[in-house]
Amino acid sequence: MNASAAQSTELGPAARRSGAGADRLFQLITAVAAWFVLLLLGGAALSMAWGGRLAFQTFGWHFITARDWDAVGGKFGAFVPIYGTLVTSAIALIIAVPVSIGIALFLTDIAPRWSRGPIAIAIELLAAIPSIIYGMWGLFVFAPFMATHVEPWLTTHFASKPLIGPLFDGPPIGIGMLTAGIVLGIMVIPFIAAVAREVFSAVPAPLRESAVALGSTRWEILSRVTLPYTRSAIIGAIFLGLGRALGETMAVTFVLGNAHDLSISLLMPSNSIAAAIANEFTEADTDLYRSSLIALGFLLFVVTFIVLTIAKLLLLRVNRQLGRTN
Amino acid sequence: MNDAATALRISLPQLEAAPPSTRVSIDIRDLDFHYGKGHALKNVSMAVPANSVTAIIGPSGCGKSTLLRTINRIYEIYPDQYAAGSIAIDGRNVLDRRYPLSDLRRLVGMVFQKPTPFPSSIRANVAFALSYYERLSKSEINDRIEDALRQAALWDEVKDKLSHSALSLSGGQQQRLCIARAIAVRPEILLLDEATSALDPISTAKIEELIHELREHFTIVVVTHNMQQAARVSQRTAFFHLGELIEFGSTSDIFTNPREQRTRDYITGRYG
Amino acid sequence: MAVRAGRRVADVVAFTFATAATLFGLVWLAWILWTTLRQGAAALTPSLFTQMTPPPGTSGGLLNAFYGSAAMILLGVVIGAPIGVAAGTYLAEHGRYTRLATIVSFMNDILLSAPSIVIGLFIYQLVVRTAGHFSGYAGALALAMILLPIVVRTTEESLRLVPDQMREAGFALGLPRWRVTRQILYKAALSAILTGVLLGVARIAGETAPLLFTALNNQFWSSSLNAPLANVPVVIFQYAMSPYDEWHALAWAGAFVLMAFVLILNILVRLLARKGNQ
Repeated sequence: MNASAAQSTELGPAARRSGAGADRLFQLITAVAAWFVLLLLGGAALSMAWGGRLAFQTFGWHFITARDWDAVGGKFGAFVPIYGTLVTSAIALIIAVPVSIGIALFLTDIAPRWSRGPIAIAIELLAAIPSIIYGMWGLFVFAPFMATHVEPWLTTHFASKPLIGPLFDGPPIGIGMLTAGIVLGIMVIPFIAAVAREVFSAVPAPLRESAVALGSTRWEILSRVTLPYTRSAIIGAIFLGLGRALGETMAVTFVLGNAHDLSISLLMPSNSIAAAIANEFTEADTDLYRSSLIALGFLLFVVTFIVLTIAKLLLLRVNRQLGRTN
Repeated sequence: MNDAATALRISLPQLEAAPPSTRVSIDIRDLDFHYGKGHALKNVSMAVPANSVTAIIGPSGCGKSTLLRTINRIYEIYPDQYAAGSIAIDGRNVLDRRYPLSDLRRLVGMVFQKPTPFPSSIRANVAFALSYYERLSKSEINDRIEDALRQAALWDEVKDKLSHSALSLSGGQQQRLCIARAIAVRPEILLLDEATSALDPISTAKIEELIHELREHFTIVVVTHNMQQAARVSQRTAFFHLGELIEFGSTSDIFTNPREQRTRDYITGRYG
Repeated sequence: MAVRAGRRVADVVAFTFATAATLFGLVWLAWILWTTLRQGAAALTPSLFTQMTPPPGTSGGLLNAFYGSAAMILLGVVIGAPIGVAAGTYLAEHGRYTRLATIVSFMNDILLSAPSIVIGLFIYQLVVRTAGHFSGYAGALALAMILLPIVVRTTEESLRLVPDQMREAGFALGLPRWRVTRQILYKAALSAILTGVLLGVARIAGETAPLLFTALNNQFWSSSLNAPLANVPVVIFQYAMSPYDEWHALAWAGAFVLMAFVLILNILVRLLARKGNQ
C-alpha cells in the first residue's frame, strides 16, 4: 500500500505558500485589469463630453447644423467637418466594398492555391502601412496625379451632365474630397476583404457543391449562394470598414485640405472631423475653440461607437451561425 | 515488460504479489450528477475494490466518463455542474465541500483520452506536481522521476533525453508520460478515461500491459468503449446505460453470463 | 441559347472583375511601397541617425525623433502589455462564463477600432491638462491605450486555443488555478501572446494623431520624458506639410525608416507564428 500518499499531511513548501490565497490574488488582478478596459472606454467618452460641454452649452443643437467656423469671431459649427467626413467615407465604401468582395472571390475561388497565401498577405500589408505614409504618398504623389490626369478628365466629361454634374465641376487641384475618398477607400479594403474572405471560405462545402452540381456559374454561386449566406457578415464588415473610415485622421489630413467652406463639388477641398482636430488643436487659443474641437471629437466618438457596435453585433451573430464558441 | 517488473521490485521491495483484495477503495453511494438541466448520473452505487482494475463500459452518453470525473471532482471547474451523494475513499466522503481538493487530487490521479504533455521537458512534466506536495531534495526528485518512468514502462526510451521537450515524443509515449506524471505523486487511485482511444494498436497494447502491472499498487478504474479491452484488462466490470448503473460484477460474469437483458444486448452488439 | 450566353457573360464578367479587383489592390500597395522606397532611399544619409531635427531650411537628421519614438513605444509596451495580458487572462480563464467577460470582450473590440485621435484627446484631458504641459509620458500613455486592446484580444484568443484537457490535466494533478495558468497555459500560448505584442508595436509605431496633443514635438534633443518629446510620426507630419525641401526630404527618410520597421516586424510576426505552430 502506498502509505505515504493518503496519510501524509506534510505538504511541500509550495503547497503551503500558495493555494487559496494566491489564487484569490491572481483572480483579483485579472478582474481589475478587465474592469480597467471598461474604465478606459467610459473615461474617454466622459472626458470628451466634459471637454466639449462649453461648446455644446454655447451653441446647443446648432453646433451640428451650423456652417461657420470662425476662430476670430468665436463661432464654430460642425456641419462642414461632418459633411466632409460622411462624403469621404461614402466614397471610400463605394470603392472598397465591391473591390473587397472581388478580392475575396478571387482568393477563395479563382486564384491558384499556391498563390492564395502570398496574395492574402499582400492585401493584409495594406492595413499594416501606417496612415501617415498613406498621407505622404497621397500628398506628394497621388494628389498631383489626380490633378494632372484624372480630375480634368472628370470635369470635361461629367461637369455638364444633369444631377451629378456639380459633383465633378471644380478646379483640378488634386487636394479634395474625391482624392481623400479614394485614399480612404484603399485603406479600408484590407479590413473588409479579410472578413469577406473568411466567411466566403466558411460557406459549407455541401452548399457550394450542390450549386456546382446544378451547373451554376461562378457568378451565380456568388450572388445566389455565397452572398445571401454571408449577408450578415458582409454587412458587418462594411460597418467595420465604415467605422475605420470615419475615424481615419492622418491620411485625410494630408489630402483633404483644411477648408471651412461647404462645397458640393467633390474636387474641392473640405474638412473632416478628425482632420480638423488634427490640424487646429495645437493652435486653438481660446477655451471655446478648444472646446469646439473636443466637442467634434465627442461626436466622432459617439458615431463610431454606434457603427462599431452594429458591426460587432452582426459579426457575433455570424460567429454563432458558423458554430464558433467565442 | 521486464523494465516495469524490475522497477517495482526495486522501488517497493516490501511488496509481494498481493492477493486479489476484498478491501473497498472507492465506495460510491447514491451518486447523482447534474449539468445544467441534464441528469447524467442517476442514483449510482458501487464499491470499487482496491488493487484491481475495474472497467466501466456502456454506449456513448451513458455517463461513464462523468462517473470518473466525479471521483476527482474535476467537474468543479465548470459552472452548472454539481454532484450529490457520497463517494468515500478511505472512509472519508470526498464529495464533501470540506474535503480539501488538493488532498483529493493527490490521492487520485487521472489520465485523459488525448495525451496532454505540458509544454516543458520530459523531466519537468513528470515532476510537475511533486514539489507542490512534498518537500524533496533534488536527488529525491530525480529518483521519483526515474521510478515513475520505470513504472510507466517509459524509462528506457527517454532516460537519455530527459531534458528534451515532451512534445517530441510519439503519441503512445506521450500517453505513458502522462501516466508517469500521474503516478509520480504516488496516488492510491488511477483513473483512465478512454486513455488508449487516440492511440495506435501497438501503443494500446503497451499500455494495457502497463495497467496489468500497475494494479498491484493502485486501484485502477478504466473507462473504455472497447469491450475487448475491458475484458482483457479488468477484474470487475460495470455496465452503464443512460446514467444508470445496470450491472456490476466480475468481468468474466458480465461478459459470459450477464444477468440483465440490457447488458446482454450491449455485449452482443445490439446497440453501441 | 440567349439565356445560356447571358449566364456565361455574367460569369466572365465576375471572373474579370474579381481578378481586376485583386490587381487593383495590389497595384496601390506596390505604388505606395515603391514611392516610399524611392523617395526615402534618396534621402537616406548616415546623418539621419547622428543629427537632430534641424531648423527650417537646413539639413539634419532624426536622431531625437528616433529616440523619442523608441522611448515612448517601449514605455507604452511596459504599461499596456501586462494589463492587456491580465485582462485577456480574465476573459479566457477566470471570467470565462461570466457576464462581465462578455461585456468587456465586446467593449475591448470597440476600443480596438476606435479612432486614435479620440484616444489622444482623452489623454490630453486626463494628463496634459492636469500636468499643465505636454510630455513624453502622456504620449506613452496614449500609445499604451492603443496597444492594450490588441494585447487583450490576442491573449484571450491564444489562451482559448489551448485545449481544455490541458487545464484539466493540470487541475487533476492538484495544482491551483494560478499555477495552471502560469506554468502550463502561458507557456503553451507564449508565442501567440508575443505575436500580439509585436503586432501592437507595429501599430503604435506609426500612430501620429494621438501624439499630436500629448507628446507634441521637440526640435531639440531631449531625454526627458516629462516635456514635449520628438517623435518620428509627428516630425514627418510637420515636415511634410511645410514648404521646405530639406524638410520634405527628411520626412521621406523618416517615412522610409518607419515603413521598414513596420514591415520587418510583420515578417517577424509571421515567422514566429509559424514556429509556434510546429
